Amino acid sequence: MSAIEVRGLTIALRDGSPIVKDATFDLEPGQVLGVVGESGSGKSTMSLAMLGYARHGARITAGQVLIDGTDVLALGPRALRRHRGNVVAYVPQDPATALNPALRIGVQLAEVLEGDAKEVDARIREVLGAVGLPSDDAFLHRRPRELSGGQQQRVALAMAVAPRPRLTVLDEPTTGLDVTTQARVLALVARLCADNQMAAIYVSHDLAVIGEVADRVAVMYGGMIVEAGPTKQVVARPAHPYTRALLAAVPSARERMRLTSIPGRAPGVQDTHPGCVFAPRCAFATDECTTGAPSLIELVPGHSARCLRAEELPERPRQSATAPASAVQEAAPGDTPLLRVRDLAAGYRDRQVLFDVSFDVVEGECLAVVGESGSGKTTMSRSLIGLQERWGGTVELGGTPLAPAAARRDPDQRRSMQYIFQNPYGSLNPRATVGDCVAEPLRHFFALGAKAARARVAELLERVELPGHLASRYPAELSGGQRQRVAIARALGCAPTVLICDEVTSALDVSVQAAIVELLRGLLNDGLGMVFVTHNLAVVRSLADSVIVLSEGHVVEHGGTDTVLTEPRHAYTKALLADTLEVSAAG
Amino acid sequence: MSKVVDAVDLSASGPDGPAAPQRNRPGALRLLRSGQVRLGCALVLLTMAFALAGPLLAPHDPAKSIALPYATPGDGLPLGADQLGRDVLSRVLAGGFHLAWMAPVAAIAAVALGALVGIAAAFYGGITDTVLMRVMDVLLAFPALLFTLLFVSVIGPKPWLLVVLTAIGMTPGVARVIRGAARPLNDREYVMWSRTVGIPARTILARCFLPNVSSPLLVELGMRLMWSIGILAAISFLGYGIQPPAADWGLMISENRTGLQNMPWAVLAPVACIVLFTIGGNLIAEGSARVIARTEGRG
Repeated sequence: MSAIEVRGLTIALRDGSPIVKDATFDLEPGQVLGVVGESGSGKSTMSLAMLGYARHGARITAGQVLIDGTDVLALGPRALRRHRGNVVAYVPQDPATALNPALRIGVQLAEVLEGDAKEVDARIREVLGAVGLPSDDAFLHRRPRELSGGQQQRVALAMAVAPRPRLTVLDEPTTGLDVTTQARVLALVARLCADNQMAAIYVSHDLAVIGEVADRVAVMYGGMIVEAGPTKQVVARPAHPYTRALLAAVPSARERMRLTSIPGRAPGVQDTHPGCVFAPRCAFATDECTTGAPSLIELVPGHSARCLRAEELPERPRQSATAPASAVQEAAPGDTPLLRVRDLAAGYRDRQVLFDVSFDVVEGECLAVVGESGSGKTTMSRSLIGLQERWGGTVELGGTPLAPAAARRDPDQRRSMQYIFQNPYGSLNPRATVGDCVAEPLRHFFALGAKAARARVAELLERVELPGHLASRYPAELSGGQRQRVAIARALGCAPTVLICDEVTSALDVSVQAAIVELLRGLLNDGLGMVFVTHNLAVVRSLADSVIVLSEGHVVEHGGTDTVLTEPRHAYTKALLADTLEVSAAG
Repeated sequence: MSKVVDAVDLSASGPDGPAAPQRNRPGALRLLRSGQVRLGCALVLLTMAFALAGPLLAPHDPAKSIALPYATPGDGLPLGADQLGRDVLSRVLAGGFHLAWMAPVAAIAAVALGALVGIAAAFYGGITDTVLMRVMDVLLAFPALLFTLLFVSVIGPKPWLLVVLTAIGMTPGVARVIRGAARPLNDREYVMWSRTVGIPARTILARCFLPNVSSPLLVELGMRLMWSIGILAAISFLGYGIQPPAADWGLMISENRTGLQNMPWAVLAPVACIVLFTIGGNLIAEGSARVIARTEGRG
């Protein structure tokens, strides 16, 4: 018998529609199970059920969660309260909101422990040491806001492991962190599990993260575990077509891949049809797939997939991108580049955060700006667009110098440079329809009438591969990827020459990211110049022609993408590359 | 290139699935789906209809004595007579007319003015913000009722003056709330985008700011309606509103309170009308706030 056994776990909404169906898996002490899936796949809902918890509006309707033989789901409220934290711990996604900002670190940690003060104090210091944080009194007296994101996440981890739980549920704990911090937190999780004989469920949408930290992986789709097995084996020999498709959407920092998105839409709660849940989008589906729901088929011991054709499907190697990345493109002598930046400096109040950045962007070129948070990359992109005052240097667009503030630029300059924001949820006015949103620049710059604007909106939506009927929808009815497409369509409506993309894919799922990257690649082929700001080196490799590496506001490396990412010269670039996780068959 | 495909885009089909969209639609009309808001609107509209049509329905001349003082109900006087022997029913029917138009007009004026000041202060910031909000603070420092009574005693009890003074007295509160709701919009990407492409300020205010503070505006409207009913009734009670012998609910309470034990109807009937009117406003505010708390934050 395994230490942790989950049998037939089913969670349904109040109206009875299931959001997690028949989840079954085992976990041994010291093992990490990676649960991978995209937004809405039910992965967080399933993991929270380990704590006997279902979020508002949902109910655990069937199944067992056995931890050392005790069924968590059968516990009464009192026993459940004791169980949570002590037997099963939870590390939430955003440590900034998980920690009580009013409590000092020491008090916060003491809350989860029982016993006499001296023992508690000793345990707190021990745990802080184990997660690699200082354990002196000065640190215990700090408050959460005085810590960095990585430190906050370590405190959250320390809180989880302090009572020596049997199982820890980690819900995307590294999603908001830099690659370097992420790498450290992942190593820490693996070590904590091994040292304490603690099992862990690690929830993530990022296959690379799962590949790094998990011993076993469960792939979720439409509320079901569609494939489960040892991580290395699932990554090397994915059996379910969905796992394959997901793998094909992951970019790599080592080589330039063609990213393949998955056609169609993920199923909603209401979409019930007989047969395999992935069949409508599956390239290998047969008639048989649409009639009978497949059960979990064991391919080799420990590796199973919910696919009728799992054993017969041919292996498909990943395709490399057709066009290799080109080197830095210098503007031909006598020719002006689309965008020329010289010695750009910027800062906030009395602190300079950007020093002497210079680069050119020519037609059809994508320049990636890479760096960790705090490296000044967002400050740079905002001073280009004129949202952030610059302190020095020049920015020329098509040969004419730009004023520092957007308000002082002339309409044509404001039209020619467009900005796409990181957060797709804030980019669109929630009280305007998609059509109105996209039509806004058309009315403003081209004074198009209602009819002409409608026609142009339809064209623009088609260019970003959105169905035309979305024009009458409101942003709240759209997914993150769709909103980002609308934001791109709105920018394209201005007929820009340069597009500045600020972390545009970081809030999106990998397969949606793949689709957006392919869309941006298409725009580059149309001759648009692009400044692509990101912390994700893998996306850089699949999209950018040249790259600038920013560290603490200074350009530490500038060159062709292939050169920089294959033979990095600066130590910072090397470290960044080393911390970038890869999904590799070799594992 | 594949067309009309969005790769595994699950977020829209998240917890509530694709059927949620309709509920997610923004806009003020969704407030009407709340039972509380509907009941509140019904109460306000009914009271207003009753008060506005009342003068035409009054069976007797509300200003004329036709019975003994404090005559008890019966005999053609369903609610009895007041301290001067006038028909209470006719006075209740006739006595809401002024309140019924003054209170909503004052509330709407206060919310409109407050929204204008609050949004402008939030959008322009800096010196504009400081000046506007300091002026509001100065207004707020005056006790609204005393301020009103002062002007009325100098200029005279004119309905338009009461409306203007009540509205001005309530404006600072509205302005503060709306400024608070509008300030975070400056950091929203769609507002930043509008600034970077140079959309004119008035378009940004009309398209991005006003619609996105419509929810707090509605809550304010319900609340200010309730308050203006209270203030106007109080002014009338104190004798600075509608002058006798004309009928008015607040005035009736004041006139007949000495006979409360003999003939409670002369006080209770106008009180009931004011209470229903006020509760209506309160329900609108309360219900709207609830709907907003439940639905806001869904992107």
